[in-house]
Amino acid sequence: MTAPISYVLILAAAIFAIGVAGVLMRRNAIVMLMSIELMLNAVNLTFVGLSRRLGSVDGQVIVFFVMTVAAAEAAVGLAIIISAFRNRESVNVDEFNLMRW
Amino acid sequence: MTTEFPALSLILILPLLGVLFNLFAGARLGRTAVNIVGPGVIFAAFAVAIWTMLQLCSMPPGSALVFTFWQWITAGAFHVDLAVRIDALSAVMLLIVTGVGSFIHLYSVGYMAHDEDFARYFAYMNLFMLSMLVLVLADNLLMMFVGWEGVGLCSYLLIAFWYTNPEFAYNGRKAFIANRVGDAGFVLGILTLVWTFSTHGVWTLTFAGMQAHAGLLGVSATIAGLLLFLGATGKSAQIPLYVWLPDAMVGPTPVSALIHAATMVTAGVYMVVRLNFLYSLSPPAMEVIAVIAAVTSFFAATVAIVQPDIKRVLAYSTISQIGYMFLGAGVGAFASGIFHVMTHAFFKGLLFLCSGSVIHALHGEQDMNRMGGLWRKLPITYGTMLIATLAISAFPGFSGYFSKDLILESAYTSGHFWLWLLGVITAGLTSLYMFRLIFMTFHGPSRVDPEKAPHIHESPLVMTIPLMVLAVFALGGGWIGLPDGFLWGNIFVRFLQPITGVFHPTIEASAITLSIIASTAGIAGIVIAWVLYIAVPGLPGAIQTGAGKFYRVLLGKYYIDEFYDRFITRPLFWISGTALNKGVDQNGIDGAVNGTAIEVESLSQAVRKLESGNVQHYVFAYLIGALAVAAYYIYLVAR
Repeated sequence: MTAPISYVLILAAAIFAIGVAGVLMRRNAIVMLMSIELMLNAVNLTFVGLSRRLGSVDGQVIVFFVMTVAAAEAAVGLAIIISAFRNRESVNVDEFNLMRW
Repeated sequence: MTTEFPALSLILILPLLGVLFNLFAGARLGRTAVNIVGPGVIFAAFAVAIWTMLQLCSMPPGSALVFTFWQWITAGAFHVDLAVRIDALSAVMLLIVTGVGSFIHLYSVGYMAHDEDFARYFAYMNLFMLSMLVLVLADNLLMMFVGWEGVGLCSYLLIAFWYTNPEFAYNGRKAFIANRVGDAGFVLGILTLVWTFSTHGVWTLTFAGMQAHAGLLGVSATIAGLLLFLGATGKSAQIPLYVWLPDAMVGPTPVSALIHAATMVTAGVYMVVRLNFLYSLSPPAMEVIAVIAAVTSFFAATVAIVQPDIKRVLAYSTISQIGYMFLGAGVGAFASGIFHVMTHAFFKGLLFLCSGSVIHALHGEQDMNRMGGLWRKLPITYGTMLIATLAISAFPGFSGYFSKDLILESAYTSGHFWLWLLGVITAGLTSLYMFRLIFMTFHGPSRVDPEKAPHIHESPLVMTIPLMVLAVFALGGGWIGLPDGFLWGNIFVRFLQPITGVFHPTIEASAITLSIIASTAGIAGIVIAWVLYIAVPGLPGAIQTGAGKFYRVLLGKYYIDEFYDRFITRPLFWISGTALNKGVDQNGIDGAVNGTAIEVESLSQAVRKLESGNVQHYVFAYLIGALAVAAYYIYLVAR
């Protein structure tokens, strides 16, 4: 028994929205990074669901790429956050405001 | 008859070589080399000039020698050659310029013997000779203008020769700027001629070509004639542009003799006579020249009477004498003007050299109130200067007598009674101020500084030889222009007639009567000077106090300099400083540029607030944008 595609898409959209809200509202950089992961995985879910629905593996191939990029992104992002924390003793993005007028 | 004569090129090449030598090698090779090369090239040019003159005299009247260096400007039908042309008129000027010039160069060797900058001095002097010869020999108006500008430049360089003195440098600039005003007129005159000829399909600026087509000019002859004469008033120091010449006297005295007495300042007269075919077409222009000339002549003579500076007296005297030359040309007797150019070159060049000898002997003293009784100590200078003074006073038999007489006679017989009368009065004033100069300098008790008195000595031979040579010419140079019908008659005017045309008197008059009147005026001037400065020494002082106001006006040179300062210089400064610089440039042009920058900056000030540095703000903006793009595509699909 397969779940209808609409369930999959609604779930993915919900996860994506949670991710967006997390990035926009949370001040903690690590939480923001996690929220980004949420958005990426929401997209992955869409790919997989549609791939199954359409009977094509193209979507699943792209998911591998996305996961690779996400892994790399997480590595770089965490490294930046660690070095920022060493400088400021904080991971609060409000306090990283050097790049402005 | 026109003949190619390649030797003419030497006349220009020799001074050019002198310039190059003195400029680049002179200072390194030392004083002896400069003293040989500087005057040497001019003497060589003088020799070529004599050769040229002999060649020209062996040809029939009205012939010319020509030589073309190369084509200078070519534009369609219009072309100008770098070409020289010797006819009777330019041959006479050529001999005057190279002859007087070479002896003044020789004199300079002595005069500049103690100056460190001798190489630069001779480079400038040679450059002046080159420019003056270009002016005189040019076969077209444009090349003449090149020489015209060249002599102006050299005049500036030599007036401000001792440029470390700010006043001297200022006077140099004054001469240069006054000449620029005139030169603007000269350029406009050339353009008027080109434009008028070109509307008739004639493209020429050569003197021969313009003369052949002069009939096409019509009213342009008057316009061009007056514009060119404006140039002449600048170069030849006539009203209203004469103000630079008295101040030009701060240059070395041989410069005053060569440039500001014998040659450059007569360039305007030469130009008018050269273009006599143009001026003959325009009686109004001729009338303007004659009136300005006579008034200038009288005006300058009155100022010369009271000046205490020996060179300044001579400067005003030069202005006055050039007035005579223009008077001759203005009444139609062109040859008489050139005749006076020649005799004036002899006696005025000599006067300046003599004054230089006096100044040299007194170690730079120029104030005649600190001279007197010098004739015993400077016998050669005194003798030669007396000859020159008698010549300029038109004493019968001396060179100035013949030329001035011819001019005054022409003025009278052409119907200009009032100008003639002014000329006669000026002749009296001339001998008055010149003998005042002689008496104050050489006669009476000595008023020399006691410190300087023991050191007074006659100048060395290298300076006195030019004095003696010029004295011979000042004495006898007029005899080639005797009145017609007397002995050999007027050889000079007959020689020039193919170029200058024949002067036609409109009024009959007895030449002898006119001559007696003019000579009487001259001799009366001498007598008055003798009474004032020798017989009754207290009289000048009494007159000064008696006519105090009038005396001060003369001493202040009619306050013309002050007038120009008030009404021309300062308004100009106001226009360029306050109106143009502050008003237009700083407020208008700078304001527009700076205003644009200020507006852009204030706009940026507003926009930069968007750059908060908070990454979440950026993400939010990104989200809005992404949603908008998505909404657009959904809208497209849904439609």
